[in-house]
Amino acid sequence: MQFLIDNFDLFWDAFLTTLSLSLLACLVALVLGTLLAAMRVSPIAPLRGLATFYVETFRNTPLTVVFFFMIFGLPQIDFVIGFFTGAVLSVGLYTAAFVCEALRSGINSVSPGQAEAARALGLTFGQSLREVVLPQAFRTVVPPLGNVLIAMVKNTSIAAGFSVSELSSLLPRLVNASAGDLTAILVGVVVGYMIITLPSALAVHRIERRVAILR
Amino acid sequence: MSGVDKWFGELHVLQDIDLSIDRGEVVVVIGPSGSGKSTLCRTINRLESIENGEITIDGQKLPAEGKELAKLRADVGMVFQSFNLFAHKSVLENVTMGPIKVRKQSKADAEKRARELLDRVGVGAQADKVPAQLSGGQQQRVAIARALAMDPKVMLFDEPTSALDPEMINEVLEVMVGLARDGMTMVVVTHEMGFARKAANRVVFMDGGRIVESATPEEFFTNPSSDRAKDFLSKILNH
Repeated sequence: MQFLIDNFDLFWDAFLTTLSLSLLACLVALVLGTLLAAMRVSPIAPLRGLATFYVETFRNTPLTVVFFFMIFGLPQIDFVIGFFTGAVLSVGLYTAAFVCEALRSGINSVSPGQAEAARALGLTFGQSLREVVLPQAFRTVVPPLGNVLIAMVKNTSIAAGFSVSELSSLLPRLVNASAGDLTAILVGVVVGYMIITLPSALAVHRIERRVAILR
Repeated sequence: MSGVDKWFGELHVLQDIDLSIDRGEVVVVIGPSGSGKSTLCRTINRLESIENGEITIDGQKLPAEGKELAKLRADVGMVFQSFNLFAHKSVLENVTMGPIKVRKQSKADAEKRARELLDRVGVGAQADKVPAQLSGGQQQRVAIARALAMDPKVMLFDEPTSALDPEMINEVLEVMVGLARDGMTMVVVTHEMGFARKAANRVVFMDGGRIVESATPEEFFTNPSSDRAKDFLSKILNH
């Protein structure tokens, strides 16, 4: 315990890095994931193809490889981004594929009659998606989307291997310096993650109950 | 519509259909299951695409997918067998969505008109509930109000009473008869022979993807010209 108090600044900075990394990556993943899901159900075949290609590429590539590409691959084509930005993009782009698939399963759970009724009223494809299908899809995907985002928070730990001083990066650093405090270090790191993920899980549960829909 | 053909894979569901409907006319389409009558109804606002032939509404050819088609669909009201009310919106919002999003009416105007329409179909008191709280008959009447809110040139009814309990069928049919009396152009796919007798100007009998017979209700029910229609009528009118 004394060890944690003595090194509080270190843990706090690392926690803030993990938190901001998570929030920014979450934003990227939700925006891009929604766009991809809209593309995957669109009537325009090239858009569908493009989104499917994206999803299959990112979903089937290990996140470490995505990081490697962002941080060491892109500079090869003269496109240098910082370690932190690289981490945000890696986690965000990777998670977008999973957000897309979660949303798509939600879209498929909305009965086709809803979209038909919307189109029969004269709403365009975009409008019927925005006004009728997605609001209903979001409600059914709150639990799986919560899973995806909690996994994402934990996936930010890979940034430790790419010079981002987030929570997990404390493990090798502090254990090397003070092996006797291993338990305290582990507890500090795990608690850091939980401060982010547990409230998220709670929020998901709340939202789930709030938006529950009568069918 | 002229020379319309449609296939579902190998199945030739609409075969060389010619049908023209005058303004103010009420056409009832009847026929056995799988005869293509619902599909026919759905091709009119291109919820089903066609392979051959031509469909024109008010002199305008049915456009391909896109903004033009959305514009045309706004003028064609549609009522579905399964109601398809928007489950996440209130009854009132169901009726105002089209006018606000498509016709760009103000919320206040749209709501005023929506309440009038809901009163007209007899569900004014349910305006603030969500669809799942309503009975089937009430939901279908809301669906009719939702279609009417767009001031359609023609209304399509795809088996509007087939999913309803017997005692709720009449409340929906009464609204439809009222619309027919008011001069609405209507295409109604139904098994309700009573409605056909009472409100139709013309009965179209379909079988195997073809229009077998097209006649006034009196003629069709008392003296059908085709054997297939005689056979069909004898089966349904015996009970």
